[in-house]
Amino acid sequence: MQTDRREFLKSTGAFIVLTSAAALAWDSLVAGTPEAASTYKLHDHWWAFAVDIEKCIGCGNCVRACKAENNVPLEPYYFRTWVERYHVPRGDIERPEVDSPNGGYDGFPLRYQPGDGSKNFFVPKLCNHCSHSPCTQVCPVGATFESPDGAVLVDKTYCLGCRYCVQACPYGCRFIDPRTMTVDKCSLCYHRITKGLTTACCETCPTGARMLGDLKNPKDPMHEFLRNHKILVLKPQMATGAKLYYNGLDGSVR
Amino acid sequence: MRKFLQDKEHLVRMAGLFLAGLGLFLVLRVLFVPKDFYQLGHFRTGALADNAAWAVAFAGRAACESCHPDVVTERKGSRHGAIACEACHGALAKHADDPASLKPTLPEARKLCLVCHLQDVAKPKTFKQVNPEEHMGAEPCTTCHKPHHPETA
Repeated sequence: MQTDRREFLKSTGAFIVLTSAAALAWDSLVAGTPEAASTYKLHDHWWAFAVDIEKCIGCGNCVRACKAENNVPLEPYYFRTWVERYHVPRGDIERPEVDSPNGGYDGFPLRYQPGDGSKNFFVPKLCNHCSHSPCTQVCPVGATFESPDGAVLVDKTYCLGCRYCVQACPYGCRFIDPRTMTVDKCSLCYHRITKGLTTACCETCPTGARMLGDLKNPKDPMHEFLRNHKILVLKPQMATGAKLYYNGLDGSVR
Repeated sequence: MRKFLQDKEHLVRMAGLFLAGLGLFLVLRVLFVPKDFYQLGHFRTGALADNAAWAVAFAGRAACESCHPDVVTERKGSRHGAIACEACHGALAKHADDPASLKPTLPEARKLCLVCHLQDVAKPKTFKQVNPEEHMGAEPCTTCHKPHHPETA
């Protein structure tokens, strides 16, 4: 077999490029293991959230607390959590009237009178922290993800602001932060729950209508709540694996 | 070799180009994908720490109660006993860290009470609600109720 100069250069060049590439790729594969957190063990938790609609009084404490805790823009259309008021005219669950002035931030002005046969209630909403989340599946760069402890989080340094996830969320829980032009959403107060605190909204809810729960902790009161109530999630037909459990969710709620 | 490659040169060139492209892709990928990507999933592991690094604004009930045991006793057995301090007094983590740096302001009672207790047909029937004009006229709520223990006059 004869090898001329041209062929030799060709094959050697290709060999060098490929081996260096393979070496670099291997480096990245064996690069460090995940950082060991101080006391918080990532795999010992599976966070979920429960809302008891029968206890919600629509005071808006959760909305105000959330905006204060997470520095959410105060404009009336950016919310990580918000409260909706449902007015269901006599038995017509197909056509509820829903209002949410400033997301419930300023409370709810009196609007409906008793005695007209309607059904009225408040529905607090926030990220459902789905375990098969549509929003994380559409992210082209891995800037939003389901963390191993059950929270759907955003990597703000990685987000391009392409808005795919905003459209993919069936619950309308995401928005583009006008200051950074990256996506923002409920982080389940990840900075609090990893320190052993509850979320800001649960902390300030005066009636206990909101509840943070760790489903991997067998002693968590959440288990009892889920067992003793008739529980439903929003849009169960979408199979998002939502972990925002509602007690008293009416058929009119969208 | 020569003979084998006869009439196949265009294929070899294409394969070479393909391999070079693949090599370039792998090199760029290693350069641009962070080291901690794909460790736990399709995301940067460091993003967890970034999310956890945010500063806390609400200190939490336990922090309040460690310094104010008198209020704990005052609220014992009250209907308001289960409510966290910061639900009414606002976010006070700064105060908890350094009490001198931020003094909480006393909430304006009537306004604050009505945030929850203003009558609304959408509120649960069992929840105490008032029509302020009927219930108290222009009187402040604190004439009859103590916010920390509203049952006792």
